[in-house]
Amino acid sequence: MNFDVNKDKRIFGQSDIAKSGKKVATSGLHEIRFHGRGGQGAVSAAALLSLAAFSDGFEAQAFPKFGSERRGAPVEAYVRISTIPIRRHNQVYQPDAVIIQDTTLLRSEPVFDGLEDGGLMILNAERRPETLGTKALRWVYLPANRISETFLGRPLPNTVLLGALAAATGWVSLAALEQAIGNHLVRKGEEVVTANINALREGYRITLEQEEAS
Amino acid sequence: MRQQLEGSRAVAEAVQRCRPQVVAAYPITPQTHIIEHLAQMVADGELASEFVSVESEFAAASVVLGAVATGSRAFTASASQGLLLMTEVLFNIAGLRLPVVMVCANRAVGAPINIFSDHQDSMALRDAGWIQLYVESNQEAVDTVIQAYRIAETCELPVMICMDGFFLTHTFEPVDVPEQEAVDAFLPDFHFARTLDPAQPMTLGGGSEPDNYQEYRHAQHQAMVSAADEIDNINTEFTQSFGRDYGGLIDHYQLEEAEVVLVTLGSVMGAVKDVVDSLRGQGQSVGALRLRCFRPFPATHLVAALRNTRRIVVLEKAFSVGADGIVATELRAALHNAGVAIPVESFIGGLGGRDLTLSLIEEVFRAASAEPSANCRFAGLNSLPDDIPIIEET
Repeated sequence: MNFDVNKDKRIFGQSDIAKSGKKVATSGLHEIRFHGRGGQGAVSAAALLSLAAFSDGFEAQAFPKFGSERRGAPVEAYVRISTIPIRRHNQVYQPDAVIIQDTTLLRSEPVFDGLEDGGLMILNAERRPETLGTKALRWVYLPANRISETFLGRPLPNTVLLGALAAATGWVSLAALEQAIGNHLVRKGEEVVTANINALREGYRITLEQEEAS
Repeated sequence: MRQQLEGSRAVAEAVQRCRPQVVAAYPITPQTHIIEHLAQMVADGELASEFVSVESEFAAASVVLGAVATGSRAFTASASQGLLLMTEVLFNIAGLRLPVVMVCANRAVGAPINIFSDHQDSMALRDAGWIQLYVESNQEAVDTVIQAYRIAETCELPVMICMDGFFLTHTFEPVDVPEQEAVDAFLPDFHFARTLDPAQPMTLGGGSEPDNYQEYRHAQHQAMVSAADEIDNINTEFTQSFGRDYGGLIDHYQLEEAEVVLVTLGSVMGAVKDVVDSLRGQGQSVGALRLRCFRPFPATHLVAALRNTRRIVVLEKAFSVGADGIVATELRAALHNAGVAIPVESFIGGLGGRDLTLSLIEEVFRAASAEPSANCRFAGLNSLPDDIPIIEET
């Protein structure tokens, strides 16, 4: 990248430099980005994933990128899972996997940004979408709203999608996710914990079937 | 034992282990989770403390002022506009030499209103007379809370722990919150020599005339200057007890024989370390220094650490509007006073939550290979097309 500090007082004036995040020393690092809407549990899902990865013996980091906190607004959350301590607190720009909790975000949010060919895209959808972007991604799609309604009585797709991620990647164990749900949701009572664990397992099962079929 | 905890939760647990008798705070993003956790602990009987729900940040600061003046250990937290609403009381707490400890969950100051992180809020209070410690990670936030009570009560000065909002407060990462017994051994009970007590009436904070006000202020300054040694000593003692070292006043990374050193504060240091490793891998002799203690300003420590380098770039998340970067200005003065002629270039960035990406940090390092610039520059500024009028003419 060429720039002349004397030429332009507004140094680094190109927004693409600020937004691109070149990877440095990323061996043994998995980065995951969640796209959801406020109220769908993207932030909780990221926290749960980091808790599970940590109890599996990895270094882990999870954090949200809030807009204004309101129900329905687009929300991003990030997770890093690593074999070495994680020092940076930057957003995730080149995810290895993206989880989309709502299909409407495909149109409004830059969900494909930073995903490279072979990257994993997990989508909460009843069927395979017609337009899948231009990249050669690995797609997993499952009706997480419908599944979560069966177990939880309302559409809260996050634990179903975590099950899908565990099945598709193996980056985190199903047992650790179950344990994380049990600990994290303990104040909500046994019924909520059990329902979420069942939703998680169903997401895991469907994704394994889909992977075997493809 | 290491646990995966949200930063705010980890800080609340550290505060709990310090056994504050009074907690008073008013909610403001991104600080709110800290006091929510503390309120929950009090409600659950896990923290024997009086939690005072107040009507404003001004009241929160006033309550902890009164609590410490009457001999109780106290805690509060705030950010941004909330911190600024405390301003008058914070100057009083410092002038009264009351060892209050607070957390500032660093957030930008409006207008425009912005809930995200930079350092403008705490930097605006740099002259309030509070010790200011900026932390890099949630582990350091936890450990610094414990150190802060020791520092405050030893020096009879208030301490503000500055932790980046969202980047730290809302991040889950592994943290070892020390056990209660270990904290008790490190932090003795609070006995305030000047406690207000109806049985032994005395005045705290009486008026001062032109013939002695300046002496009070001089004494306050002397106390702040000598606090630097205590901060260092307490950090050393903490390292001996808990095995974690934050360098006391300044922390550094790959400073040995570094020709270019980036100076910064807070959580961005983690990304800076990753960039230093990358650039060193390419054969460039770069290093980084983190100003952990901003007040008192560790001028002699900075000069000693930086005097053998060739170029210095400061990257900070606050500035004095119409002047320059705050840390850059003070660092230039420190070097000048010591007769050290090293160019210090000032970069402002990461304002209002703008991410200081690895590539942007790398560009800041590379800027030091060009001619030094006397003017502060904004790193990561978006260009606005020149031909778009701000107000459309009809």
